[in-house]
Amino acid sequence: MANSNEEILAGLAEIVNEETGLATDAVQADKSFTDDLDIDSLSMMTIVTLAEEKFEVRIPDEEVKNLTTVGDAVAFIAQAQA
Amino acid sequence: MGLLDGKTLLVTGVLMESSIAFSVARLAQEQGATVVLSSFGRQLKLTQAIARRLPEPAPVVELDVTSEEDLAALADRVSEHVDHLDGVVHSIGFAPQSVMGGNFLSGEWKDVSTAVEISAFSLKSLAVAAQPLLTRGSSVVGLTFDAQYAWPVYDWMGVAKAAFEATARYLARDLGPEGIRVNLVSAGPLRTTAAKSIPGFEEMEGGWPDRAPLGWDVSDAEPTARTIVALLSDWFPATTAEIVHVDGGVHAMGL
Repeated sequence: MANSNEEILAGLAEIVNEETGLATDAVQADKSFTDDLDIDSLSMMTIVTLAEEKFEVRIPDEEVKNLTTVGDAVAFIAQAQA
Repeated sequence: MGLLDGKTLLVTGVLMESSIAFSVARLAQEQGATVVLSSFGRQLKLTQAIARRLPEPAPVVELDVTSEEDLAALADRVSEHVDHLDGVVHSIGFAPQSVMGGNFLSGEWKDVSTAVEISAFSLKSLAVAAQPLLTRGSSVVGLTFDAQYAWPVYDWMGVAKAAFEATARYLARDLGPEGIRVNLVSAGPLRTTAAKSIPGFEEMEGGWPDRAPLGWDVSDAEPTARTIVALLSDWFPATTAEIVHVDGGVHAMGL
């Protein structure tokens, strides 16, 4: 089932909040996972895995390094669902 | 009929689907086993999510092999899910970056001791912690990377693996009278999360696929997992303290 970009962003924010404790409103499309949100590689693997489950998509390992910002992840998931 | 029909196993070291231990857990279930996983700390949530991707979602118990409390509680935690164990898979290793990646000569004991405790001593800790649940005929299997050789970038992790291999021999000696086998699989290089954490891991691949008479796929954990499943089965009943190479044959080639 396809989600809107807003739904994907909100869902990702919940996952990031659950993994890191960051407030959901801190998770904005223009934020960098590493530089702004201070998410390390283990947390990123967890977030990607939980996002795959929630949005029923596959995010290949080699793709994860291209997901610099939250917006990149939203766009990838939206496209994967399309 | 599966190779592991009716058997119950504890599998450590499942982090991602690319983990060797994930392939072991999946194949073991396909061969009829009931599987319990272990994980610890911040990795727990990821292991729980990946455990839901097995053919049968598996429970995850908490086990930090350096925690005396976790080790003491292991048998009780596993008993919440199964009443005994027929096998344990040790897929645990860690070395600080400061003692790998070409840092052999600058490696300090504090970091080396961490590598040895988590990667070698833990085999004894895990086996002893699980022993109350292990039945006669059960099997402990661990994963090594051939410690007879000095490899590029592996450095003190290679030394820890030498200790790990020796630990397996002594465990086999002391658990043999209880009917418990202890064997290792020496796999060729595989691109797992653990491997990617070794700085310069690609140097360790060192043309492996070309040197292996059978060839070698660094992205395929299944051959390794199959061998581990076989060692967990009843089909190696008189084999213990053994190291089975699953490396395409590289270990026996001169060049």
